[in-house]
Amino acid sequence: MINNTSSGVAKISLTPNADSHFSRKGIVQITLLGLLLLLPVTAYFLGHIYYVNLASRITIIAMAAVGLNLAIGYGGMVSFGHAAYFGLGGYVAGISAYHAFDFTPFMTWPFSVPGSDNLLVVWLAAAILCGLLALAIGAISLRTTGVYFIMITLAFAQMIYYFANSWPTYGGEDGLPIYLRNGLPFVDTTNALSYFLICFAGLVLAMAITSRLMKSRFGAALTMARLNDVRLATAGISPYPIRLIAFVISAVITGLAGALYADLNGFVSPTMLSWHFSGELMVIVILGGVGRLYGPLAGAILFVMMETLLGGITQYWQLFLGLVLLGVVLFAKHGVMGWLAGRELNE
Amino acid sequence: MSVTLLIEQLLNGVQLGTMLFLMASGLTLIFGVMGLINLAHGSFYMVGAYATAAVTASTGSFLIGLGAGIAAAALAGALVELIVIRRLYHRPHLDQVLATFALILIFSEGTRFIFGSSPLRLSPPSWLTGFVTLPGDTRYPIYRLVLIGVGIAISIGLYLLISRTRLGMRIRAGESDREMIGALGVNISKLYTLVFALGAGLAGLAGALVGALQSVQVGMGEPVLILAFVVIVIGGIGSIKGALFGALLVGIVDTLGRVYLPIFFRAFMPPSEATGVGAALAAMLIYILMAVILAFKPKGLFAAHD
Repeated sequence: MINNTSSGVAKISLTPNADSHFSRKGIVQITLLGLLLLLPVTAYFLGHIYYVNLASRITIIAMAAVGLNLAIGYGGMVSFGHAAYFGLGGYVAGISAYHAFDFTPFMTWPFSVPGSDNLLVVWLAAAILCGLLALAIGAISLRTTGVYFIMITLAFAQMIYYFANSWPTYGGEDGLPIYLRNGLPFVDTTNALSYFLICFAGLVLAMAITSRLMKSRFGAALTMARLNDVRLATAGISPYPIRLIAFVISAVITGLAGALYADLNGFVSPTMLSWHFSGELMVIVILGGVGRLYGPLAGAILFVMMETLLGGITQYWQLFLGLVLLGVVLFAKHGVMGWLAGRELNE
Repeated sequence: MSVTLLIEQLLNGVQLGTMLFLMASGLTLIFGVMGLINLAHGSFYMVGAYATAAVTASTGSFLIGLGAGIAAAALAGALVELIVIRRLYHRPHLDQVLATFALILIFSEGTRFIFGSSPLRLSPPSWLTGFVTLPGDTRYPIYRLVLIGVGIAISIGLYLLISRTRLGMRIRAGESDREMIGALGVNISKLYTLVFALGAGLAGLAGALVGALQSVQVGMGEPVLILAFVVIVIGGIGSIKGALFGALLVGIVDTLGRVYLPIFFRAFMPPSEATGVGAALAAMLIYILMAVILAFKPKGLFAAHD
């Protein structure tokens, strides 16, 4: 506690240096976002649909990582179970499309709920369900801290994984195909570029919400809950609800990314819920730089590019991923964004 | 018939529990002494199984293979501790999780690179195959009984090691005050390497023994690792007693749930539906158990210390 307090003070005294980093950081950020937008558009008009879909994949993974970054980076809650929300979002999209395709109701009792192939309905349902799941898991997990929190979030995600794996109605371990991508009024979502732009809007919105949130009173409270929760409690704010709300928002963002991912692939399976994916999301957040707004984006670009390029060369690419990750954790603590854009002041 | 089934499944549960204990005791020791969360523990389980399968295949002796498996896992543990883990003791848990996650990727892909993707064959030695007849006409495989016996022997051995020997005294001292035993002249880094190798060796033993029952393949350690996490969270992280209790609880509840929940639902549901619901619920059962226990005791049943 005393260590935390003194480093908190040290950080505040560093504030005057903020401007010297701003321009470099700003340029890097605009470049990343600009490239992510311009390259797929160019690829689309050159007729390379594959690269448009690759960009959609990067964007969605980045959005999921933005959600996790809110919990890990800003809230200090090391969740090892965010695949649960990603997968749940995906299953909402899949199950909804399944029932809309079959004209069967999702449930009939106590009230009738039909399926829907409207993306707005799917997103709303995914957001609400992921929020409720995170509320339940968070309410139990946040009673604990440290290693317990890591293992409990992992265990709950495994619970959802095994449930999806052994529940036969929606394909069990074989997964559930989405025959026709869920649609929007007036937009052709089956067009690769339109769908990429939807995903891009989702990512930018998620980042804007994170940024807005962290500049608010709530964000200040969340930061203090991470640095020194006793101090926050002394100021008359209870840390538990602050953390819980941040955890729920984080899960909703990741869940919406999951819904987008299922519709992108036209397929949802328990793999989206697996603990490997939770680990990969954490890896992306760390590779990019923990607790930085653009960190998840940088991490997702790096991760998916490594997967695509190394995966094309060798089937053992995860061996190299492991070595790179080990190197980053042991020797380069501030991630890609720390290397490109200089250190963040509130790290 | 149903008594036979119950006895058989109870024994299966105890057998799963004792193997989980071999994993969980290492994890909980490593956390208790070094404050480290080690995801790569499942990799030592896999290393033990692969080494046992490879050596058994070339020497023809399961016992030599088993010895080689334990030695390989302990050696891998010691090496990993020396090269990577010791840089992580003073790092936040997030770094420990990621570095050990990276180790999983390296171990899994490395193993796939060396041995290929198809599972290796490892069967129990011929003198341990066959059945014994237990009271109530239950025929039970000898090998599974041997696993239970090994688990009990290791539990007693660990208890004696920790409560009766000088090494155990140092381990206990390391759990309660790391700085102080360093100041008293105990070589902490050697102690850490030793504890880590001990935990890895136990995981290797479990992997080898279970590998002969199931199959030896890449990623075999991961489901067990997560079960072992549930065990030590239930038992209280850092407590060997908690690990033993938690392991038996999880082993028995999981095994009985998988058998009896579908039967239970069949009483008032169509059979096909009952099997699905029962299986899905059985898969979630130990996590629900964990949630309930944590709701009342956030630090587990036998919380040792923070």
